[in-house]
Amino acid sequence: MTGYIIRRLLQFIPVVIAATLIVYAMVFLMPGDPIRALAGDRPMSPQVQEALREQYNLNDPFLVQYAKYMWGVFTQADFGTTFQGRPVLDMIQQGLPITLTLAAVAFCFQAVIGIIAGILAAVFRDSFIDRLIQVSLVIVVALPTLAIAFLLQLTFGLNLGWFPIAGNREGMVSYILPGIVLAAVSTGIVARMLRSELIEALQSDYVRTATAKGMKRSRVVTRHALRNSLIPVVTFLGADLATMMGGAIVVESVFNLPGLGGQVFRSIQAQENTVVVGIVTLFVLFYVVINLLVDLLYAVLDPRIRYD
Amino acid sequence: MSQSPTTSPTQDYDPSAPLLEVKDLQVEFRTKAGVAQAINGMNFTLNAGETLAILGESGSGKSVTAQTIMGILDMPPGHIAGGEIRYRGQDLLSMKPERRRKLRGVSISMIFQDALSSLNPVLPVGWQIGEMFRVHHRMNRKQARQKAIELMKRVGIPAAEQRVGNYPHQFSGGMRQRIMIAMAIALDPDVLIADEPTTALDVTVQAQVMRLLKELQVENNMGLILITHDLGVVADVADKIAVMYAGRVMEHTDVFSIYSTPAHPYTKGLLESLPRIDAEGDRLSTVPGLPPTLTDMPPGCPFNPRCPYATDLCRTDRPELLPVADGHTSACHYREELYAGTITAREEVQS
Repeated sequence: MTGYIIRRLLQFIPVVIAATLIVYAMVFLMPGDPIRALAGDRPMSPQVQEALREQYNLNDPFLVQYAKYMWGVFTQADFGTTFQGRPVLDMIQQGLPITLTLAAVAFCFQAVIGIIAGILAAVFRDSFIDRLIQVSLVIVVALPTLAIAFLLQLTFGLNLGWFPIAGNREGMVSYILPGIVLAAVSTGIVARMLRSELIEALQSDYVRTATAKGMKRSRVVTRHALRNSLIPVVTFLGADLATMMGGAIVVESVFNLPGLGGQVFRSIQAQENTVVVGIVTLFVLFYVVINLLVDLLYAVLDPRIRYD
Repeated sequence: MSQSPTTSPTQDYDPSAPLLEVKDLQVEFRTKAGVAQAINGMNFTLNAGETLAILGESGSGKSVTAQTIMGILDMPPGHIAGGEIRYRGQDLLSMKPERRRKLRGVSISMIFQDALSSLNPVLPVGWQIGEMFRVHHRMNRKQARQKAIELMKRVGIPAAEQRVGNYPHQFSGGMRQRIMIAMAIALDPDVLIADEPTTALDVTVQAQVMRLLKELQVENNMGLILITHDLGVVADVADKIAVMYAGRVMEHTDVFSIYSTPAHPYTKGLLESLPRIDAEGDRLSTVPGLPPTLTDMPPGCPFNPRCPYATDLCRTDRPELLPVADGHTSACHYREELYAGTITAREEVQS
């Protein structure tokens, strides 16, 4: 097990290098000159421009720029500064709690709603409840995220006035609508995955054994069938937590949350390359670490899996 | 040992009634392809300490019989069309589901064919055995674990203390089947149904497992229903045999008569198809043809298309299960002649 973890941690190095290199290259290749963009319409002397280029390493070849940046990130947690001179780390510290809160709310939604819907659909298979759940899930999965976002903002935000539709000034309530939007598609996937897994488990020999042992139906479903069917669902939920960071870019923009996703969005528009690279690098690290944890969790849940 | 009074309402039982009695049981499967008669008038009685072997080929209805007695038949598509199953005089089929659940695993218990798939892959074996005590006798985890270790020792699993936390895949096939047996006998049931308990095992392990079952049966005075297609297994352990074919009992008698004086052509065919060390010639005899499709039964005797003795009578009239001797019944028009050995095959049957 320890050997496996060490091997996996070593595999992180090429993955992180490749992912950050691609991000860095894409930002580097973006059209336009960030110094000119910074100056805007005001005239800027060539000396000042040159000094700024030197300060942000813009005159160095691409790979040297990249290496200098990554060295700073991994040796001193220095994610660079914006053109206004604000440290990117400062922005991350401000935005990270908001994004993590959003992710946590979304995670709770998809885990709780997805699992409950999946269980109901499987236990009451082919009944009205099952059909209703299935149809609603297809609709949710098929609708574009943006459409769901606007629909919820319109109904529950503007017409009913139950939830705020922008910003996070009202505390946890502000995270409910964006959380639902971020969770929508995955909730559908979780429910459908669990439904089919549970239906299969309920027809299995070990469930028949549990029934023959005189166990109550509720115990047969929860202790025997569900314990098995949840294995793929839990691993999906874990991996999905990592991909939520990407989804946060859209959702935070739509709901105007000052989290990391919204910052990436605004920084791309403003050509604040250091911010984009800094935050995306963080996302990449988050993704690989979560994936390792999911793989380890898988071995805990399924005793037949052993990493040696 | 006695059952806990909170979980088993034994006081309602008729002490004079047989342990288990199946009367005219009829089970059908209602599928899109039509209604399949899986069991068509099954009758038998089982007393304490007795072993009944239900013998038959695949699809003859022997596993469906077991599942119906246990109450674990998938319904739908299964449907109990008629009959009674009486446990100590009480009809299981009309019993309230909750009351019947409390009999399962406690009074009537079952061992399945494939222990690997029948044990929960993600739960330790000790937990699965201990669950019987925790649910039915409300023991705590520690007591249940101790009971599980005792049972694992009883069924001959070495180093039970160390292995109680292991998972099913960490055991060999024979050991897994012993764990299934431990689970089934945990609460000292009166009736144990073993559905092909040794089919998935090596021949040497088969013998050990059968011996263990026999030992446990004698020790606890259990009624044992042994479901099998293996005539060799039957000869060693059974007291009585019911030979099933296409959902019907073809012949029902004690184990000695079935080998010495079979009174049904199907039983005779099965016995002749056993390899014998003293047999002349090199070809093994078989029962030609295939069993009928349950949705499309031939008129008359279901065995007539494969029967070397079949006459026109067999193609029109279905024979009832009737006595040929004391405690020996057969569903054949020519049971008397077969019993006496005064009949010869009428024609060559095309397979």
